[in-house]
Amino acid sequence: MPTQEPIVALRGVHKSFGALKVLDGVDFEVQRGNVLVIIGRSGSGKSTALRCIDRFETIDQGEIVVCGHRVHDPRLNLRALRQDIGIVFQSYNLFPHLTLEENIILAPCSVKGVSKKQAREQARLALAQVGLEDKLHQYPEQLSGGQQQRGAIARSLAMQPKVMLFDEVTSALDPELTGEVLKVIEALAADGMTMVMVTHEMGFARSIADTVVFMHRGKVHETGPASILSAPATPELAQFVGAGF
Amino acid sequence: MGGSLNANHLMFLGQGALWTIGLSLIALIGGGLAGAVIALCRVSPSRFVRLLSGAYVQLIQGTPLLVIMFLTYFGLPTLGFSVSPLAAASASLTVYVGAYLGEIWRGCIQSVPRQQWEAAEGLALSRTQRMIKVILPQAVRIATPPTVGFMVQIIKNTSLASVVGFVELARSGQIINNSLFEPLLIYAIIAVIYFALCFPISRLSRKLEQRGGPARPKILAV
Amino acid sequence: MKLNLDFGVVLERWPAFLDGAVMTLQLAVIATLLGAAIGAVGAVCRRSRNRLAAGISDIYVETIRNTPLLVQIFLVYFGLASMGLKFSAFTVAAVALTINVGAYTTEIMRAGFDSIPRGQIEAAEGLALSRLQIYWHVVLWPAVERVYPALTSQFVLLMLASSVTSQISAEELTAVANYIQSDTYRAFETYILVAIAYIALSLIMRTGFWALGLVLFPRRRRLGTPL
Repeated sequence: MPTQEPIVALRGVHKSFGALKVLDGVDFEVQRGNVLVIIGRSGSGKSTALRCIDRFETIDQGEIVVCGHRVHDPRLNLRALRQDIGIVFQSYNLFPHLTLEENIILAPCSVKGVSKKQAREQARLALAQVGLEDKLHQYPEQLSGGQQQRGAIARSLAMQPKVMLFDEVTSALDPELTGEVLKVIEALAADGMTMVMVTHEMGFARSIADTVVFMHRGKVHETGPASILSAPATPELAQFVGAGF
Repeated sequence: MGGSLNANHLMFLGQGALWTIGLSLIALIGGGLAGAVIALCRVSPSRFVRLLSGAYVQLIQGTPLLVIMFLTYFGLPTLGFSVSPLAAASASLTVYVGAYLGEIWRGCIQSVPRQQWEAAEGLALSRTQRMIKVILPQAVRIATPPTVGFMVQIIKNTSLASVVGFVELARSGQIINNSLFEPLLIYAIIAVIYFALCFPISRLSRKLEQRGGPARPKILAV
Repeated sequence: MKLNLDFGVVLERWPAFLDGAVMTLQLAVIATLLGAAIGAVGAVCRRSRNRLAAGISDIYVETIRNTPLLVQIFLVYFGLASMGLKFSAFTVAAVALTINVGAYTTEIMRAGFDSIPRGQIEAAEGLALSRLQIYWHVVLWPAVERVYPALTSQFVLLMLASSVTSQISAEELTAVANYIQSDTYRAFETYILVAIAYIALSLIMRTGFWALGLVLFPRRRRLGTPL
């Protein structure tokens, strides 16, 4: 039994896009310092579930609580929520007109009111964490896809979030570049960062996940420790893992 | 005339509007011919021809149409050529429109993919044959939306012929206003008539643009 | 027939030309700055979910784009007068030109905003930036950077079009030319010189915008991407 409030909790979450039911009663929890990995076929609702946590999608029914913020509540202080959450997207989304350093200090300076000097120091540390300390003054287009994605992770880290969300962060990368990004995420996990990620990298999921959530047709079809990937209880997960994703 | 706005005034405005359309057609045909020559010169194999036509475009695009109008209408007579308002307006618009259409069409010719030129060359067509049989038909399709869009500019620009006394729509409004002195009403009516002439063409050009897929170089105008 | 050109008598009047050129530039700069502000706001309205704001912006742009500047100038001139407002010709000219270029700028800026990928805005939202901060840092500046060539061409065209304000006796370059030619009876020479002056002003503006672009968009300067 958990001894403390979970950092992220979804309870009975329903979500439809028009007539299409995307989330059909989703429940899961993430404890402090844990890594939860969501897997499933495309269209199973896994990315939507992740985006609901950061309120990029509003839910129709159910509860989402993140670090004490009641995300489902219309009176939610959205910007306070997002200060506690870092999110990294498939398509990096670094701001192309800003250098890596400017990308990183933008939010700390304008949202938290951190001084420029201090923000630069934080930027340097965050970039060291992802192994890009020498790229401080480069523009995104001067970096490889893997470097851009690591930069985007550093940008999120500089806001000192309590939980990180990763939405298929390696899907847009060439296979030879995924390793460097996964290594950064692994190091973060080892440092005790709480994380929720959607990924197609099964080997990675197996090695990093404290909890695996297998989504199928908008429901949590099977969940448990990483070992369920080796010994699936349901035929759907067995088929999914067997398909070599 | 005199008194309040009556049917005669509206007839007079209608006549002015017809001259606006007429002058626009003259400018489109004259400027179109000039523009075609300019566009071909701008992609000519001869460096000299390219430079010369480029200079022409730069000079005209750096000069207000109004000044070109004054130059032809007031300037040429001091050199001993007398010109009527219609001739001055037509010549000015032809020179002006030619530069802009020439530049638009050059862009269209050059946006025909390089491989098309090479493919045509591979078929042993002469330069003229390549141009006429392969490149121009494609360029014309690309050029249609921006050319239609530019027609709106032409119509609006014909209003400047009023300053050399040519009685088109804007000038006929001024004349009526001189007897009625109801400037707001009259200029509002004139604006509505211009809008009625231009708006359908604007819409058509936008529709053509959307159908054409990827965005073409945008035409600017005032 | 013989050509009998005398540029001397016209060139003697260079101080008047200079005054006119200065006023032309003043009109251009004022209308450019105000028009850019209107364009930024107008483009936001045009893309907004508020249908009233979008509708007003749409009507504004379509009205201006489909009527001649000359008529717009007269409408502003007589419109202000009918409200009992007395302004100098310069002010009326500046107002009319601003209204005009504001509509074109709205259209250009809208295209710029449309070119900002949705993901950029989501990333900024994810970083807890406020709507205003997102608009300023992530939407406005990259959009301006993208449409900068179109914007600056538009502003040069505006400077040339300001010649039309000579029709309400704003003392800009073309108006100066009009009275000099009627004084000297040297219409051809006068208008040739004025044409050259306008070409020079266009070059000055283009150079100015190019330099401004280097200052505003350090990325372009660093990476050498043409503006």
